[in-house]
Amino acid sequence: MIPYRGQWKIVSVGLLSIALGLIGPIPATAQDEEKPYVIKDGVVDWYTFSGFRRYHAECHVCHGPDGLGGSFAPALVESLKTLAYDDFLEVVVNGREKIGASVQSKMPAFGENLNVMCFVDDLYAYLKARSDGALGRGRPKKQPKPQEAKERDDACMG
Amino acid sequence: MRGSLRTSCLVAAALLVPLSASANEGLLVMQENPAEWVMPTGNYANHRYSKLAQINTGNAGQLQVAWTFSTGVLRGHEGGPLIIGDTMYVHAPFPNTVYALDLNNDATIKWKYEPKQDPDTIPVMCCDTVNRGPAYGDGKIFLYQADTTLVALDANTGKVLWKAVNGDPKVGATGTSAPMVVKDKVIVGISGGEFGVRGHLTAYDINTGKQVWRGYSMGPDSDTLMDPKKTTHLGKAVGKDSGTNTWEGDQWKIGGGTTWGWYSYDPELDLIYYGSGNPSTWNPAQRPGDNRWSMAIWARNPDTGMTKWVYQMTPHDEWDYDGINEMILADIPVKGKTRKALVHFDRNGFGYTLDRETGELLVAEKFDPAVNWATHVDMKTGRPQVVSQYSTDQNGEDVNSTGICPAALGSKDQQPAAFSPRTGLFYVPTNHVCMDYEPFRVSYTAGQPYVGATLSMYPAPGGKHMGNFIAWDASKGAIVWSNPELFSVWSGALATAGDVVFYGTLEGYLKAVDASTGRELYSFKTPSGIIGNVTTYMHRGQQYIAVLSGVGGWAGIGLAAGLTEPQAGLGAVGGYAALSNYTALGGQLTVFKLPD
Ligand code: HEC
Repeated sequence: MIPYRGQWKIVSVGLLSIALGLIGPIPATAQDEEKPYVIKDGVVDWYTFSGFRRYHAECHVCHGPDGLGGSFAPALVESLKTLAYDDFLEVVVNGREKIGASVQSKMPAFGENLNVMCFVDDLYAYLKARSDGALGRGRPKKQPKPQEAKERDDACMG
Repeated sequence: MRGSLRTSCLVAAALLVPLSASANEGLLVMQENPAEWVMPTGNYANHRYSKLAQINTGNAGQLQVAWTFSTGVLRGHEGGPLIIGDTMYVHAPFPNTVYALDLNNDATIKWKYEPKQDPDTIPVMCCDTVNRGPAYGDGKIFLYQADTTLVALDANTGKVLWKAVNGDPKVGATGTSAPMVVKDKVIVGISGGEFGVRGHLTAYDINTGKQVWRGYSMGPDSDTLMDPKKTTHLGKAVGKDSGTNTWEGDQWKIGGGTTWGWYSYDPELDLIYYGSGNPSTWNPAQRPGDNRWSMAIWARNPDTGMTKWVYQMTPHDEWDYDGINEMILADIPVKGKTRKALVHFDRNGFGYTLDRETGELLVAEKFDPAVNWATHVDMKTGRPQVVSQYSTDQNGEDVNSTGICPAALGSKDQQPAAFSPRTGLFYVPTNHVCMDYEPFRVSYTAGQPYVGATLSMYPAPGGKHMGNFIAWDASKGAIVWSNPELFSVWSGALATAGDVVFYGTLEGYLKAVDASTGRELYSFKTPSGIIGNVTTYMHRGQQYIAVLSGVGGWAGIGLAAGLTEPQAGLGAVGGYAALSNYTALGGQLTVFKLPD
């Protein structure tokens, strides 16, 4: 059990509902932001695994496999060494861009995307574990999906 | 401006081809002139073959760099330049700059066109901001921009003559493919299969930019432009609304089947050919049925768009085996009889030979021995015989299916193969990569990715190389020779009458090999990885070879960090070569010639 999950659920739902017109400070208060994953004997908790799975569906086409960076988007394994949860959330919800003569870099805004926002904590947990060096490359072994996660997904995905 | 060669070809072609009275019979003649390279595919048949033979197996080893040109953009550079008369047209990925270079004047810039496009287009391009090049016809350059604007430019001045908008990037529709000019129309496709875009092929009037017809990949007959009685699938009439009745409910409306590959044209049969892509989403459980007509080969009438025949290669896709790769038209012997054939190397790993008049299936064999998701293609039904172990649909949602070959990249992606009428062989750039694939539930939001599967990729078992460059006998469906390459071969091939075949590699090498044996004759490392297509032309009596460097595309993303063997378990690091150790971003044209 990871204490901050419950809180994030509320924040995520809140975010979704205001994502359309959003910007402004995000009321984030992650307590377990430091270590949002559980890894025992090489087996990760379901949420971290879910982050791995969603990452490789939604993010890896730009950020490369295992968060290692692609030809035009940064290695998130590096970014999360300095990027706090709030900043992470800010970029994922609102996107960010650098457009110039030879650089056309654009991170999309995912604020309205349920496939990302319902799992944004999982994504953070996975990337944090990768960036802390607690988790290697590839598909991790996982704990079974808890009932709580099923309910969370159903409620969020609709 | 153009020499006597042109005139003699004109006469020769006039004898061969019954010219209709249309604005663009010009291209039918021009494609016969080996001094020029008038369409991205080399000719209407997509041969990517040149009659030039100055560079041959004896002297290719002496090739040297003649000149270079930077596009000023640092993303994946697909496609290649056009050479019309004494002008070369070079394009770049987003923002899709086009340069007209004066070959008589040291490649100085005659004109430059740079469209203003909304940067919001960038993140809805699934796999880098690539563009496969403009097309030429009737004194105009047709550029198909990332934001789906099709623009006609005066080939001499770069002046905008007209613009047409082909789709909406807000819902994920983008332009990456090269247009093709047929008669008085310019044909364009659409990208966005990962965003639930419903694919279509659309024809615009070359003089006005007015839309003439649009044929969708799925939908009612009025959308797919099918005649339930006359349009056939393997010789049988398709029946009413075949583009909706293998879908549940309204799912066909976000059904994918995009059309971002290459197009070919047979002027005698008066048919254009192309492939449609994967159905959206990648989670097969969310779209039961055959999902017609995603993953299909199409033959349409260029004037009306009506479908003569269609053949679905991968019904109900479960692996993202997008069917968009080029259709090469060649008259070759099959089982002792010369056939008007269409040859296609599909992402799904089968090399298909069909009768291009009737759509009859003649040959379907694996062009990479690693392919394991299906045992074979049933020649009667045309259906691949799927191996249950590798069926991500049978294994179900939330289950990781492992060891599937090929990976979603396919045994070959869009990088076009070449055909040499001299050897009768096809030269094919291929991937040798397998994957684990886990589908899961996703919800659809317009303009957001609609993927629904997670995958990991790794080299095929038994080796550490991720690509092969092969020679293929399409009559038999057999590999003749195969050169292993460290990375997937993501560059379009060129075959020449000098019996030299050219291709580029992801590390950035431009390679020349012997057409009959595959023996390497020449190799030169350009500044960045090559995902462009090799082109040749003749200027002032000298044969040149030109290629764009600029690593990127899907391969650049997936391979940048190197692949791992997932079975090796947690913590396995850098199991395979990382592309980032070999090359970095770039955007450059390199032109080669023999010493004076
Ligand atoms: C279409 C390509 C694309 C996709 C898809 C994408 N990103 Fe990004 N992302 C970028 C680019 C480009 C940047 C750099 C933006 C800039 O120049 O500031 C970026 C930046 C970021 C940053 C900031 C990194 C830093 O060092 O400050 C985070 C965090 C991030 N992305 C997370 C994600 C997550 C999580 C996903 C998947 C849900 C994702 N991205 C999907 C392109 C993408």
